[in-house]
Amino acid sequence: MPDPSTAEAAPPRYIEALNRALTDAMEADGAVTLMGVDIGAGGGAYGVTRGLYERFGAGRVLDTPIAEAGVLGAAVGAAMAGLRPVAEIMYVDFITVCLDPIVNQAAKLRYMTGGGVRVPIVFRTQSGAGRSGGAQHSQSLEGLLAHIPGLDVYCPADGRDAYDLTRAAIDADHPVCLIENRRLYGKRHPGWERDPLPPGKARVVRDGDDVTVVTWGRMVHETLDAVAAMEGGASVEVIDLRTLVPLDVETVRASVARTGRCLVVHEAVEQFGPGGEIVAQIAEHALFDLDGPVRRYGALASPVPYSPGLEAAMLPGSDGIAAAITAVLEH
Amino acid sequence: MGADSSEGPAVADAGAPSRPGVVDPPGAPVHARPGDLERLLGRYGTMARIRAFEEAVGRRFRDGDIHGFVHTSIGQEAAATGACAALRDGDYLTTTHRGHGHCLAKGADATAMMAELFGRETGTCRGRGGSMHLAQADLGILGANGIVGAGIPIAVGAALAARSAGAGAVAVAFFGEGAVHSGAFHEGIGLSVAWQVPVIFACENNHYAEFTPSEGSWNGPSLVDRAASYGMTAISVDGNDVFAVEDAMSELVAAARAGEGPAFVELRTYRMGGHYEGDATPYRADDEVERWRSADPLARARAALEPLGALDRADALDAAAAAEIEAAVDEALAAPYPDPASVLENIRA
Ligand SMILES: Cc1ncc(C[n+]2csc(CCOP(=O)(O)OP(=O)(O)O)c2C)c(N)n1
Ligand SMILES: [Mg+2]
Repeated sequence: MPDPSTAEAAPPRYIEALNRALTDAMEADGAVTLMGVDIGAGGGAYGVTRGLYERFGAGRVLDTPIAEAGVLGAAVGAAMAGLRPVAEIMYVDFITVCLDPIVNQAAKLRYMTGGGVRVPIVFRTQSGAGRSGGAQHSQSLEGLLAHIPGLDVYCPADGRDAYDLTRAAIDADHPVCLIENRRLYGKRHPGWERDPLPPGKARVVRDGDDVTVVTWGRMVHETLDAVAAMEGGASVEVIDLRTLVPLDVETVRASVARTGRCLVVHEAVEQFGPGGEIVAQIAEHALFDLDGPVRRYGALASPVPYSPGLEAAMLPGSDGIAAAITAVLEH
Repeated sequence: MGADSSEGPAVADAGAPSRPGVVDPPGAPVHARPGDLERLLGRYGTMARIRAFEEAVGRRFRDGDIHGFVHTSIGQEAAATGACAALRDGDYLTTTHRGHGHCLAKGADATAMMAELFGRETGTCRGRGGSMHLAQADLGILGANGIVGAGIPIAVGAALAARSAGAGAVAVAFFGEGAVHSGAFHEGIGLSVAWQVPVIFACENNHYAEFTPSEGSWNGPSLVDRAASYGMTAISVDGNDVFAVEDAMSELVAAARAGEGPAFVELRTYRMGGHYEGDATPYRADDEVERWRSADPLARARAALEPLGALDRADALDAAAAAEIEAAVDEALAAPYPDPASVLENIRA
């Protein structure tokens, strides 16, 4: 594997890090095979797979018809029979048309066969609300996937993790849902020279003593913006979970034990969202370290509206995060 | 049965494909018959309204008044117009991400549609839906859709309800040829045959699904053969000839109303614009686009109007469409945005 942390002038964009990770993984292992709608000659709806079709050919970069249930089912079969498929679902919202191969097949086959098969498969997809994509192109469904035993769920927040978590997902011998954020695609993030972290290790993005904010994906950046804009000098620790499954409870617990206060922020709908699990973990492992209630801050329980003002009212943003941090601190 | 039978075999019109998979356009004017003048002018007027609407959408998207994703149907106006001309008010339709034309042709108000695209409270969906989710239940428009194929079984269900209601209504599912690979298509079409419900599957084959030429991705029998194999009437029609579409649809709709069950029609057409606004279409050749421009559905209708001495009336319809859409844009731009406090309305009944 080429050393991705070779010093460079500017860090690669998030999308370039993804492309590089796919390229390197395909170079490293001839079994890695991409499949998805328009990922070939078209380079992908957002250009993540650009150049791979030309480089690796139609046999390893499979442009598929719009038949996600069939494609993912075939990917499951191919995985059991020796390939390492990376199957793209163009928007995470579209997993609803192909949940069976994800939930009832890929996630369960190793278990149901008593360890008899391996299903080394990556479901690559992306989310990213806030640009009027409408109710069927704007959801954050990582919690829905994380609920299914047998699926790992990775949500990279910057270029370093986009590379490392993609490589880790492809290397894993079990199914992984890799959920990119399209609003990060064009961004260059500092930290490219960081050492790679494995899945299941959270990262403390910002140290602090008064309150812990646990988040992931694009909300890491919204949280940092919120903290930067906050007055009053509260000392806020920000943790990027990086992967929901496996979940790094220990990093969260240790931080909360020190700060005594915690807010969980996510782009997904708050009601029955992944924040509930994290809050429950804190209640189970750090209740007596708390100085006040743990809070969640996510999207309102509504389909994502199209009109920009409504969408802004529905989604979490940096102003709301700042207010929520203040509320947690003041309780 | 085939409305196209006079034109010969199902799919290919004339000439060799310009590149693998992309069929050459038809050339003849609209098939007008004596006495068709007023009807043709009516259809032309609808097509002109759709064209003007879509052109305004393109401009307003570039100006930043329209958000998110927007897909226009320039070049496909005859399919929407001809098909909806065969429908009545009580009939249902479902459509796709490329559904503006179907909604206009079914009677939706251009101002309310434009307001929806601008995200305003006065929009067809109060700004909650946007272009991909236009809907108007009182006109039987059960929704555009952001999920490819999703509207197909929904139309089957509407047809089931229509049959129970007993008023002779039908449902039409509009979808692109890219949807025929989806499970929703095969399950929906299979159910419709099992139930023998009054639904027409109107597949607008514009030869591309996003950036991919479609013929290359099915690599097998034609769409019509596939649909016919489920046991239903399936025909292919020149989808840029508004009368050919209307005649074919009228026949299929009449049969469905009479209880003869579902049918499939391929409407062969071409999208002149990109997949979405802002798509630079690097995946197709300019000369291919130019050849299809010569088969433009409005130009072909004009070619039929010319010998009837009615071009000035067509010009007047163009002017009326332009004025209507300009007024719609102005009115929609002046309309208020929804109150953010109303964001949680209508989540449940
Ligand atoms: C289930 C699902 N998969 C993929 C997409 C992304 N997508 C949107 S439109 C489109 C192409 C559709 O092609 P076609 O059905 O021919 O319709 P056209 O755009 O040509 O009108 C694709 C792949 C989607 N919206 N839904
Ligand atoms: Mg198409």
